[in-house]
Amino acid sequence: MKHLLSISNLNKSEAISILDTASELSRVSDGAVKKLPTLRGRTIVNLFAEDSTRTRISFEAAAKRLSADVINFSAKGSSLSKGESLKDTAMTLQAMGADAVVIRHPASGAAQRLADSEWMSGSVVNAGDGTHEHPSQALLDAFTIRKHLGMGGSDLSGLSVAIVGDILHSRVARSNVLLLSMLGAQVTLVAPPTLLPVGIANWPATVSYDFDSVIPHVDVVMMLRVQQERMTDLFFPNAREYSRYFGLNSDRMAQMKSGAIVMHPGPMNRGLEISAEVADSARSVITEQVTNGVSVRMAILYVLLAGGALEVGSN
Amino acid sequence: MSVALSAQDINRALTRISHEIIEKNQGSANIVLLGIPTRGAHLASRISSIIASIEGAEVPTGTLDITLFRDDLRMRPPRAIMPTKIPTTGIEGKDVVLVDDVLFSGRTIRAALDALGEIGRPRTVQLAALVDRGHRELPIKADFVGKNLPTSKNQSVKVLLSEIDGRDEVTIEEEAQ
Repeated sequence: MKHLLSISNLNKSEAISILDTASELSRVSDGAVKKLPTLRGRTIVNLFAEDSTRTRISFEAAAKRLSADVINFSAKGSSLSKGESLKDTAMTLQAMGADAVVIRHPASGAAQRLADSEWMSGSVVNAGDGTHEHPSQALLDAFTIRKHLGMGGSDLSGLSVAIVGDILHSRVARSNVLLLSMLGAQVTLVAPPTLLPVGIANWPATVSYDFDSVIPHVDVVMMLRVQQERMTDLFFPNAREYSRYFGLNSDRMAQMKSGAIVMHPGPMNRGLEISAEVADSARSVITEQVTNGVSVRMAILYVLLAGGALEVGSN
Repeated sequence: MSVALSAQDINRALTRISHEIIEKNQGSANIVLLGIPTRGAHLASRISSIIASIEGAEVPTGTLDITLFRDDLRMRPPRAIMPTKIPTTGIEGKDVVLVDDVLFSGRTIRAALDALGEIGRPRTVQLAALVDRGHRELPIKADFVGKNLPTSKNQSVKVLLSEIDGRDEVTIEEEAQ
């Protein structure tokens, strides 16, 4: 595996082996010395053409724990804001000898474009492209679910997950639907019809418009951020109405199964899709998602950069 | 293909190694056994139960995966990472005995020493290997050896253990050039 662009390029055994690798690597994060020599001498560029807190610092921490050199590069304060094209940026990175580029870009398909081009020879990791995919987030979500609720198996069979909110603009939802269903979980998407994309019938998930009827039956409630910055239209009458029908508050949380967990990829709009009491409750694993993100991203960088093809389950 | 050690030979070698470990460390009180996955881990747990039956006390036993510390990572496809399980006693101030199946270039053991350094500072680190086939590339020597097998570089030594391979046997095979 050379690039990580989309969950659809992974097969089940590759996905599970990334999760298994991450769970071994998570011991490093727990240990006294949080450093491994594995990627010493490798250069990883974080190319972020769109704002990010968690993903960027998570990839940075992951790369540093594996002893790689990290160059951070964001749109603000770089030539990207002067209008430099992706091609010229990529050729600059190639000239500097980047072994891998972690790219976040507002255009769907930007990571694929970079990987398919001959502008640079390193690995490409998609850290979110427009409204297309965010594979490392899906992997860390699957890792978190497996850690909390996995029935001892390596996959997620037998679990049901509700993904709630702005599905239309969510790359996290796209990657998660593909990954969670591949790993055997039942996925239900809950959203107002205006926030569901065209062609949703072909997704490996069921759709519901009624949050209250779904909530008592699922093991995981994954809330999505309402992405106001991508909204060029009026998708719901007002925030209060959205919050009333599709927000997760204490009353709804009380209807959840015992042991069920609440997830959110962040950043949260507290009071809109999730109430502060829920976000800070014992069911919430939101900060743990961030912690697990580092282990999962270490596993991704290990698999992409430590050699050639991934050997699954062999010695 | 020729058989270098039979199941009985392996059993005798492990029993002797266990006695030698106890002798060298004057008992088993301060010993921690760490097997290098996959087969070293099984050998470590066998040695652990032999020592326990001789000394009448359990020996803390774990596994130490060295994949992330290898110096040849870039030359081959990435390997799956195996579990590292350090006993709750830790390794600080202990006499750690590393257990591996075949001692060859010595690079695995170099990586194991690096991995140990990340975990703590043992009082001593010793090495037990079921087979020493020579051809060292680093200044590393085993303290306890099951059998010295003189081999040429284009032969390969295979260790089979009943836990994973269904039977106990060590064989030497000529590698196709």
